[in-house]
Amino acid sequence: MTTLTLTRPRAPRAAFGNMVINEARLAWRQPAGMIAGTGIALLLLVIFGEIPVFRQSSANLGGYSAFEIYIPILMAFSIAIIAFTYLPGPLVSYRELGILRRLSTTPVPAYWVLAAQIVVQACLMVVTLALLVTVSIVFFGISAPKSPAAMVLAIALCMAALFAIGLAIAALARTSGAARGLMAAALYPMMFFSGLYYPVQLMPAVIRDISNYTPLGAAVPAIGESWVGQFPPAQPLLVLVGYALVFGFLAKRFFRWE
Amino acid sequence: MNTPGGEVAQQAELRTGRLRARSGQRERHTPSTAGTAQLSGAPPASAPAAPPGPNQRRDPARTAVEILHLRKTYGSLVAVDDVSFSVTEGEIFGILGPNGAGKTTTVECAIGLRSPDSGTIRLMGIDPQADKAAIHEITGVQLQSGAFPAKLRVGEIIDMYQSFYRHPADVGELAGALGLADKRKSYYRSLSGGQQQRLSVVLALIGAPKIAVLDEMTTGLDPQARRDAWELIEHVRDRGTTVLLVTHFMEEAERLCDRVALIDSGRIVALDTPAGLAARALGAKTVRFLPSAPFDESLLTGLPGVTAIEHDGHHIVVSGTGELATAVIVAMHAAGVETQDVRIDASTLEDAFVRLTGRHLHEAEEGAQA
Repeated sequence: MTTLTLTRPRAPRAAFGNMVINEARLAWRQPAGMIAGTGIALLLLVIFGEIPVFRQSSANLGGYSAFEIYIPILMAFSIAIIAFTYLPGPLVSYRELGILRRLSTTPVPAYWVLAAQIVVQACLMVVTLALLVTVSIVFFGISAPKSPAAMVLAIALCMAALFAIGLAIAALARTSGAARGLMAAALYPMMFFSGLYYPVQLMPAVIRDISNYTPLGAAVPAIGESWVGQFPPAQPLLVLVGYALVFGFLAKRFFRWE
Repeated sequence: MNTPGGEVAQQAELRTGRLRARSGQRERHTPSTAGTAQLSGAPPASAPAAPPGPNQRRDPARTAVEILHLRKTYGSLVAVDDVSFSVTEGEIFGILGPNGAGKTTTVECAIGLRSPDSGTIRLMGIDPQADKAAIHEITGVQLQSGAFPAKLRVGEIIDMYQSFYRHPADVGELAGALGLADKRKSYYRSLSGGQQQRLSVVLALIGAPKIAVLDEMTTGLDPQARRDAWELIEHVRDRGTTVLLVTHFMEEAERLCDRVALIDSGRIVALDTPAGLAARALGAKTVRFLPSAPFDESLLTGLPGVTAIEHDGHHIVVSGTGELATAVIVAMHAAGVETQDVRIDASTLEDAFVRLTGRHLHEAEEGAQA
């Protein structure tokens, strides 16, 4: 039998808006990610800014102060925390509870709920990054980013890479417990290589080399370089693109709706 | 098993087939009586003319759901084995059976959630595997396992689901009918199990579907809520919606359904009107006894309510209705014949269920009420 499959979207566009609003409500009512991703990043920024020794430029850090080094680290950190808190866990629990399955019986494609989550988180990330940048400039006298377009690119790639990793975790984890475990296993090494615990510049060469190939280790110099005025080198940007593509493919290949 | 239900099933099948042929519609998906006929192997019986159930709005000539030779296996487990039935537009069609009989698999194949191993499925002429988007437009589904985000409010969930459909139903009316009108501000997680269940029924009907598929709609509902849900379904049907109702409850099937398919171990064992099933279940009462001496059987055939007398070895089995045992024993005593080893079988709904499925209805209900 010959059948013509019509793939045109039939659901009203207003439905997507309603899904975004409801995902935003859920994020607001379960504020762990907001507290960690936005609150802690801002708190650390302010604390580091208030420590006098952090404000002194250091030859070891390429002539920058520790505070200046930490700004892109905290930006990458907040992207990672928001993506990882709000993406894999809730998505896997949606699958466990049959929410995705129920959605797949409506005219709305089930992936819309995933897209709605990404929209909400991207908004939250943008707000958080804007706060971090503004506070740095207004309260701590840091000069404004010199290459804003390059910085937007670096940030967008960082977000894409982390969304892809988050989705891959959601695809591979069978339970929301497993998703949280995988998330933590990915997050802590990433934060280490981003220089959150100790500046990467002061670590051994081998650690620095590894760092350059981790998502946050690549995102931090890409954001930092564009802040001080240079277009970031291709290597960290390509690393981010690579993470986005590989994990995006894994997520697409292994994602189960039920 | 050569059941009278098979005949009725076939009658219904012939009826839809004939009406459809008369109107000349749906030529693409010509219905076949073969699937149902082979369930019983019974010869065709004369078809009653009246359509099942009162409903003026529906067009009985159109087939809403057509399932032919559906088969679905999970590994070595055969969940659905050669199930065929067709549902006329505006009909409430029940699928009744014990746990694990294949009811849910059947309807999940029907709405395209599962792909059948073989067989043909058409909903309003549409193949669910070929055009899922069209199926999602015309169906409204209530799944057994369906849940919603714990921290969304009832009103937020309802408004979102309503926006999924181009021509949604009147939400206030639906929610009011199921007692959720004052729950719009409540978080989903704060609802009782019965309220969550009622919400999922509201959401199944929110798109004003042509075909509503309800899987264990009233499980977990208290008797009043159950009656409210039944009323709502009748109301929705009166507006032309076809209802495919999966249920454990014989009472629910009797109250709501125009026809019922009784499924066991993946096969339809009976397809009949609820009245037909109930007549089979309630009508046959038997008294089995060992007479002390030979007697004239006309003594018994003349008794009121007696429908048949059979011999089982030396035992006599009298079938009939009413106060059968008393009548038989008194008549035998009057004729000087002792009735020994008397056994009375008064059939109940339970018996019909057991006879047809080999399982106990209460096992299924326990599962449902847990």
